[in-house]
Amino acid sequence: MAFAYTPGLRVADVAVIRKERRLPLKGRVLVSPGDEVAADTVVARTELPGNVKMVNLANILGVPPDDIPALLLKKEGDPLAQDEILAQSKGIFGLFKNTVKSPIAGTFESFNKVTGQAVLREPPSPVTIEAYVKGRIVDVIEDEGVVVETRATFVQGIFGIGGETRGEIRKAVKNPEQELTADLIDKSCEGKILIGGSYVSHATLKKAVASGVKGIVTGGFDDRDLKDFLGFDLGVAITGHENKGITLILTEGFGRMHMARNTFDLLCSREGMQASINGATQIRAGVIRPEVVVPVDESVLGAEKPGEQGAMNVGSPIRVIRAPYFGRLGKVAALPAELQQLETEAKVRVLEVEFADSSRAVVPRANVELIED
Amino acid sequence: MADKEITRILATDCGSTTTKAILIEKREGEYRLITRGEAPTTVEAPAEDVTKGVLNAVGEIEDLMGRQFLTDDKEGVFVGDDPTRGVDIYMSTSSAGGGLQMTVAGVVKSMTGESAQRAALGAGAIVMDVVASNDGRLFHEKVADIRRLRPDMILQSGGIDGGTVDHVVELAQVIRAADPKPRFGVGYKLPVIYAGNKDAADEVSHELADIAALKVVPNIRPVLERENLGPARDTIHELFMEHVMAQAPGYGKLMQWAGHYVGNDWENVPIMPTPGAVGKLIEMVAKAEGIHVMGVDIGGATTDVFSVFDSEGQPVFNRTVSANLGMSYSVSNVLASAGLENVMRWVPFRMDEADLRNRIRNKMIRPTTVPQTLEELIVEQAIAREALRLALVQHRELAVGLKGVAQERTIGDAFDQTQTGATLVNMMQLDLLIGSGGVLSHAPRRSQAAMMLIDSFVPEGVTMLAVDSIFMMPQLGVLSEVLPRAATEVFDKDCLIRLGSCVAPAGQGRDGQQAAALTMHMPDGKTREAVIEFGRMQVIPLGVGEKARTSIRPAKGVDLGEGAGRNIEVDLEGGVVGVVLDGRGRPFVLPAGDSERVKKLQEWAMALTAYPDKFLSLGR
Repeated sequence: MAFAYTPGLRVADVAVIRKERRLPLKGRVLVSPGDEVAADTVVARTELPGNVKMVNLANILGVPPDDIPALLLKKEGDPLAQDEILAQSKGIFGLFKNTVKSPIAGTFESFNKVTGQAVLREPPSPVTIEAYVKGRIVDVIEDEGVVVETRATFVQGIFGIGGETRGEIRKAVKNPEQELTADLIDKSCEGKILIGGSYVSHATLKKAVASGVKGIVTGGFDDRDLKDFLGFDLGVAITGHENKGITLILTEGFGRMHMARNTFDLLCSREGMQASINGATQIRAGVIRPEVVVPVDESVLGAEKPGEQGAMNVGSPIRVIRAPYFGRLGKVAALPAELQQLETEAKVRVLEVEFADSSRAVVPRANVELIED
Repeated sequence: MADKEITRILATDCGSTTTKAILIEKREGEYRLITRGEAPTTVEAPAEDVTKGVLNAVGEIEDLMGRQFLTDDKEGVFVGDDPTRGVDIYMSTSSAGGGLQMTVAGVVKSMTGESAQRAALGAGAIVMDVVASNDGRLFHEKVADIRRLRPDMILQSGGIDGGTVDHVVELAQVIRAADPKPRFGVGYKLPVIYAGNKDAADEVSHELADIAALKVVPNIRPVLERENLGPARDTIHELFMEHVMAQAPGYGKLMQWAGHYVGNDWENVPIMPTPGAVGKLIEMVAKAEGIHVMGVDIGGATTDVFSVFDSEGQPVFNRTVSANLGMSYSVSNVLASAGLENVMRWVPFRMDEADLRNRIRNKMIRPTTVPQTLEELIVEQAIAREALRLALVQHRELAVGLKGVAQERTIGDAFDQTQTGATLVNMMQLDLLIGSGGVLSHAPRRSQAAMMLIDSFVPEGVTMLAVDSIFMMPQLGVLSEVLPRAATEVFDKDCLIRLGSCVAPAGQGRDGQQAAALTMHMPDGKTREAVIEFGRMQVIPLGVGEKARTSIRPAKGVDLGEGAGRNIEVDLEGGVVGVVLDGRGRPFVLPAGDSERVKKLQEWAMALTAYPDKFLSLGR
């Protein structure tokens, strides 16, 4: 019997997670290996040189560039306030003086005698990188960033929008079959990560944004709502930079889909704890899936099953991921080797699945995913 | 090990979604396909190793043959001279890197930025971001965006020749600061193409040569009034094939596996990119038969179109890789590019828009699933029609002669249809159209593949239609490099399934009006009269290898290749579908009204017995 392999998303009650945090430019790392960090700890910072502003003093004052140095009131390296005078002409008999004011606050960087241009630079802007998750620094990337390690509950979603955010987990529905509706969201949800059930609508999402909800984790969402929410039709699944005031993570897919019971129970068991979530998704080879990371302390037991990831055998728990049984859970009842004909008349390799209600169905092997116990 | 003839061949193709394995053996003096296996490609977690999918696909062959093909530890393909197990040679093609996703850069967003975008789109890439000196982002924001998006390749343009150098160098500094890393492929540098002001080339090289696989090509905008996209576009193609697709996780291991013994020495067979392998076969067919050929390979992430047409009396081969059009990873991009209405127009039943959108999106997020219901199959084939149509649009724009400036404009202009005169693609001259890829090769009925090819490529006049029987052209392409005879024999006998000739008069008329009349001298000696009516399709049964000498008399204003109203004499060749008479007119326009459109789609599908009768009740 050929070994059957099928992809699956990670849902681990406790796992060791490592996150690389890098500055966009070289800068200074503020922590050391072994340091304990909070999710909002700034681990590295850099300063970006301010923008340059060119001012043609010769043109404005109406004098040759060579004459400008004598008219300058500032020398290279001097700080500048906005509207502070940079240079002033001699005028006529001391009257009718022309002045040039600085259009920005910053520094007088240089003056070019050939072109008559003064180079002004705005103050540098700080750029910082936070740890993203509560944990421990296990590696430092010199002048660039760090690797943070945390022991955490880890749930991968199938698709998400919005970037990194943090908040306290709150169970917002009673069970994984329930829709997260607008009436379940109020001011008390501000700053929270809501765990929904089967579905969230565009209207509910908008209310969540207005209420200051940081993130929603739910089973399903409509593609049409996604288009309305983003304002465009997403072509290739490369997300994470949307700035919509909320991060949305789908655990199952598009449409109304009950969140897998294991996922729901696990997330709800972490209610009240701080979670770091990221909706960034890239569905291509070298895939990136959205994630929920809930750091836990040593008292929380549980370990990731090392098991043979991806192995599918008789008895393996699975979820069907395509119509007509989309979303139904069961276990592998048989793995026949022969190709079988589907309703489409295509002949493919199949498996027999036994659903929770003991009913059975034949589905293509390609249309199931393993569920981690 | 003594030198011996190669008689047992195992070849795999690692697609972005599916890994296919075929077993070829020499039996009774000729090479034939013996069996095939397939498994999902395994470049994603938890496996993240392309060889796992290979082992699974070869494992299927083991199951079906009841013989050992893997090594004892199941960690490789057994190649050796033991007649009871393994094969004499193993080889593979790969496109498992998926589509090509690029970031482009230019000084002015609306000028060199746009030119760079056009060059990338023309090479079939998805443009994820256009970085420009004037795009309003701060330096570090540009850096962060390049890192976040993880492009497969960067095209940097900027400045006309003799123009700005400072801004161009600053763009190079952005790329340098980002220090972009490939999505996978540790130890290889990200390809960066510089196609800007030639005066800045040295400084750009100084900035980027040590952090990227830099390639300097002629400026895409040497002067403001003219674009020169060809060199950059060709280099994108080349680097995509040689570098990006070759970087799927586990690829290094696969390269070690592929090979055979020559004497006692192990000799590797290089892994060939899938489009390169298919292209070799298409060229081989065109050359061998001296005909105009088009081929299309529609995959999960990309759709590749190949053509051989004449330019100034010489056959010219063209290939385009539309890395943004495919049936799994890129399926939502087909929807976004074509528009929902264009996909829906091919669905012969009414369907809820929200439901359709969700189905397509679910296919994108779980790329390896297959349709289990008839309804799902028909929806996938509707999407395929649009992917094929758009890929042909891109190919038309790129397959041009080298005559003038206008021809250097590519896909950026494709959508406003401003100029098409320069294309070499001529559907009336096309002799043979070959379809490959899962949705065409695995269509449960061959008539479905014929319909998809006709609807999307809209051939004119008389065109032979064929499909790759089980989607093995890539493997045969790489085999043709090592054992041309084996590749040719298997291609002729087991790979190319001739569907039959399509006769499609160019011109338009009222529904039911006569477009052409045919007199066919059938192989059994009988004469058969047939009429092509506008708005109708029909099939004349004619088997594989059978030919009917036919005279076709078009109606006034209708063209079949010799000019409007002029008769033609032609040998119509049959196939597994038969001779398809397509009276839907050229240009082909679907009825506008919903109920009329559905009625017509059903009528045409029934004319070709494309689906089980059950499809008539779908959507009710």
